[in-house]
Amino acid sequence: MKNMGGMLLTTTPFSEIVMGNTALVRAMVEAGTRVVTSYPGSPTPEIATAIQSIPPDKRPFYFEFSTNEKVAAEVAFGASINGHLATVFFKSVGLNVAADSFVQFSLMHCLGGLVVVLGDDPGANSSQNEQDNRHYARMSYTPVLEPANPTEVYEYYLEAANLARATAKAIILRLTTHVCHAKERVAFKGWSPPAAYDDQPRFDPTRGSYIPITARVFPPKREALAALGRVERWVDERGLHRVIGSGGERGLITSGMVALSAREVLAEVPETLEKPAILKLAMPYPLPVRAIAEFLAAHREVKILEELDDNLEKEIKALAYDQGLTTRIIGKSELDDWVGEYTPDKVRAILHRTWPDLVPVPRVATTAMPVPLRPAQMCPGCGHRSAFHAIKQALPADGAITVADIGCHTLGFQEPYRMGEVLLCMGASTGIGSGLSLFNHSRPVVAFLGDSTFFHAGLPGIVNALFNRHNLTLVLMENGTTAMTGHQEHAASGRNANGPVEAIPVRRVLEGLGVRNIFEVDTYRQKELTELMRQALAQDGFSVVIARHPCMLLFTRNQRRKSGYQARHVHIDQGTCARIHTCVQTFACPSFSRAADGSVSVNPELCIGDGSCIQTCPTGAIARAGQEGGTP
Amino acid sequence: MKPFAIYLCGVGGQGIGLLSEILLRAADYAGYVAKAVDTHGLAQRGGVVVSHIRLGETVHTPLISAYGADLVVGLERHEALRGAQAMLRDGGALVYFDTVLQPLGVRLGTEAEITNADVDRACAPRGIAVHRMTCPNLADPRMQNIVVLGHLHLLGLVGEVAAEHSLRAMDDLLEGSALAANVGLFRSIAANDRQTP
Repeated sequence: MKNMGGMLLTTTPFSEIVMGNTALVRAMVEAGTRVVTSYPGSPTPEIATAIQSIPPDKRPFYFEFSTNEKVAAEVAFGASINGHLATVFFKSVGLNVAADSFVQFSLMHCLGGLVVVLGDDPGANSSQNEQDNRHYARMSYTPVLEPANPTEVYEYYLEAANLARATAKAIILRLTTHVCHAKERVAFKGWSPPAAYDDQPRFDPTRGSYIPITARVFPPKREALAALGRVERWVDERGLHRVIGSGGERGLITSGMVALSAREVLAEVPETLEKPAILKLAMPYPLPVRAIAEFLAAHREVKILEELDDNLEKEIKALAYDQGLTTRIIGKSELDDWVGEYTPDKVRAILHRTWPDLVPVPRVATTAMPVPLRPAQMCPGCGHRSAFHAIKQALPADGAITVADIGCHTLGFQEPYRMGEVLLCMGASTGIGSGLSLFNHSRPVVAFLGDSTFFHAGLPGIVNALFNRHNLTLVLMENGTTAMTGHQEHAASGRNANGPVEAIPVRRVLEGLGVRNIFEVDTYRQKELTELMRQALAQDGFSVVIARHPCMLLFTRNQRRKSGYQARHVHIDQGTCARIHTCVQTFACPSFSRAADGSVSVNPELCIGDGSCIQTCPTGAIARAGQEGGTP
Repeated sequence: MKPFAIYLCGVGGQGIGLLSEILLRAADYAGYVAKAVDTHGLAQRGGVVVSHIRLGETVHTPLISAYGADLVVGLERHEALRGAQAMLRDGGALVYFDTVLQPLGVRLGTEAEITNADVDRACAPRGIAVHRMTCPNLADPRMQNIVVLGHLHLLGLVGEVAAEHSLRAMDDLLEGSALAANVGLFRSIAANDRQTP
């Protein structure tokens, strides 16, 4: 959309085709949200893209990318207890990072209201797990609204904001990947920008128990539990839970995008048969006892159709027991019912198993011609590729243990690099590597870490390695941006979400911490990097190699925008090429193509002419287009 | 209007997102109730990117079921075959830009590249009409998506969506020289007015 920023600030009612993430931002504007914070992570980065389409001076709220999800949550909380409606958004596993602070929110009087927007990822499309964050809701007594499509994202955020303000509580708005990214025409209400904002700091320590220690924990805990009842009634009275169809003997309880899959599959049931009614829950926690009890009582058997874990199922079974209802409740039965996204295909298979008379056997794939898989790759020219290629040559064959972290460089675990062979989460590599180094006198340990992750959660592991004198080498893969999620700024970028700021260079931080052995080189200088890596590995104790090169996807994109940009490529001199295949098979830039006869060529659609491959050819057959073969 | 489902697939960086957004908006202009969703997993260039578009008043979810697509649009040969085999209904249409971005296994020499004959062999028994195209004089490979869009209209494969609707959608999404270049290329194909792009 050409003028997304203008669209988001439209004052008159309008409709537009938007994705869920964009609809959310319009709702933030209409609701009078004053502070929004985040750390980038899929499926939520487009929320920030929409926010940043509004120039900072026109934004009706403050926005920042914080250094991690925990800090983002804390900034939003701080704003909220000062009287501002605040929102924090991040991906599913971001809640693990934020959890230490997040679990306290329900004990606090969040004066301005606080909305926690989660981008959960059933199907693990871009995450290290598919954790079901409804567990956190239950653990922390935090209500969850769960929209199914962009229209509901918009509507439910407005509900969440009102509810958060009215109850002075934190409310979760739980999105999932295909709710964030779904697109449809959404009708928006008008918006009147206030003439002035009441920005007076209103924090008042007497308003709530803001110091939850020992016995002072109990009153706010009772209040949090009591508030759940008020929220349950509020959502019920607002009519947000919906019964679709009347059904006969059969019913189905579901929520979120799964409800759409269910409606799609049940639409295929012939008119001659009785379709089950659907109870679509807007809020899976706390559950609406009245609505569920009525629905159960009205049906002989009810299927709980629930993506990921069996939260609804267990609670609804308990509720039926308590209410003395004898409705047959059908929950999960096979392990795969806990696994993966509930797409229409998956729901069709589950409902066929549940009611074979209603839902016929889904069509299974017939004999298909196998197509080679296409795993995600580091981009052509990526500095990480040069780094892995060079570092591998410094490691003893099969002797080293390499530890991955989160970032584009995670992809190094794949063939042909096999660099970074264990992965937990953001910033974990140095800690894991430290443990791997204990009692280990034969296998050098190398941990990888990105620069955004360095600030996010990498620092404690580094300080620990220094403090406890661990023996490992950390390779800091510095590309100057948060590349994997779409090039957001970080503390070393020299910019934040609102404009230029003084950078915090990673090297200065490391020096300040007292890292004695710091080596630094541009990754395109592969021989030098190999040599520095050897030197780092020879050190006793903790050493850091800063392997730096700008993200070439971002660099090339910026170059293309400049006038007079000329596309550059390398080519292969077929007379010089000895078909050793280092370029295509070991360095493995995707720009190289390999023909059935073993000859190698350069795909000009992919090659950016960076030339990082030229030095990898043993016979010097690669050269920039227009030049003869170079010196290897 | 009869429900219609379009499954688009390609490789990260090829412009599936823009093509999908143009088709979605064009369908909306044509009067369809339209829903779409992109799925792109990890964002790097080089992975599989797909987009689902579903048109029709009875549509609830944008996600297309297996064999539920009336039209599969591929911007790369391997992805075209992958998409057609998983998503296209029997008797549907496969349209793809005939370029090859070799998957990892092909580059490593452990798997064979898919040929056009492979695509034909896989599609013929299911009555799938295969339309492949190239554009040898294309200045910028990132405009292959517009070449395909032009052919979709030229071949009349996008239900009741007209070329005029796609032009309005492009005007919503692009500006300046990018708009001019894409519109020029689109018109030259969709209107079957073969100028050198």
